[in-house]
Amino acid sequence: MDERIAETIAETVPAIVPIVRIQAEPFDAAAEASALVRGRTDVGAVVTFTGLCRDEGGRLAALELEHYPGMAQAEIARVAGEAARRFPLQGLVAIHRYGVIRPGEEIVLVVAVSPHRRAAFEAADFMMDWLKTKAPFWKREHPLGEAETGGWVSSKAEDERAADRWVR
Amino acid sequence: MAVKILYFAWVRERVGKTEEVVEPPAEVTTIADLVAWLKGRGEEYAYAFENETVIRAAMDQLHVHRDAVITGAGEIAFFPPMTGG
Repeated sequence: MDERIAETIAETVPAIVPIVRIQAEPFDAAAEASALVRGRTDVGAVVTFTGLCRDEGGRLAALELEHYPGMAQAEIARVAGEAARRFPLQGLVAIHRYGVIRPGEEIVLVVAVSPHRRAAFEAADFMMDWLKTKAPFWKREHPLGEAETGGWVSSKAEDERAADRWVR
Repeated sequence: MAVKILYFAWVRERVGKTEEVVEPPAEVTTIADLVAWLKGRGEEYAYAFENETVIRAAMDQLHVHRDAVITGAGEIAFFPPMTGG
């Protein structure tokens, strides 16, 4: 979306307070999304992104996510606040799990709610790009069939490039 | 000035501790100075910070650059690039 158009729309949509949760427990993406729109008749678009743990071709037993308590919450809240400033949102939820997460389980959730689909898509995209490079979480692999913990996942240059798309 | 330092992920493993309180000398004024001073404290620190431009830092739970002034910081954290999401 053109930034000026987005900002003009943003001025007409009341400011929202994003919901951010850092937790070990699983979450219910559908329940989080429906809670944001329940009872409303002004919403036009809900984009729900869920990031899952892959088994990397059958190689992984689990991922273990370490985080920086306090800063993880604060940093995702800062990114969510920036998303709310940039896009005309009516609701925004971000949930990030930590601890041992097995293939098929969810790791991260972003739900963006807006009158318009483009803003909802872009807000969710922006949230994930910035969250991946700014939120203090680190993944380590637990390979299948090995007693010892595997290595730390390396950061990717493509994630940095994705985050830089939104710098202005 | 006493300051609490936290380490995460492989930086934590290499240093061998999750946190500690240190009292660097007065001439240590920036994050880069603190890293250089820590590296002189033992081989575990030298190993953790061997490729020090890779290591990220946060001061009072905000990301900072290596030239950030640490005066007055209550909590400084060192960690690898983030891999969440």
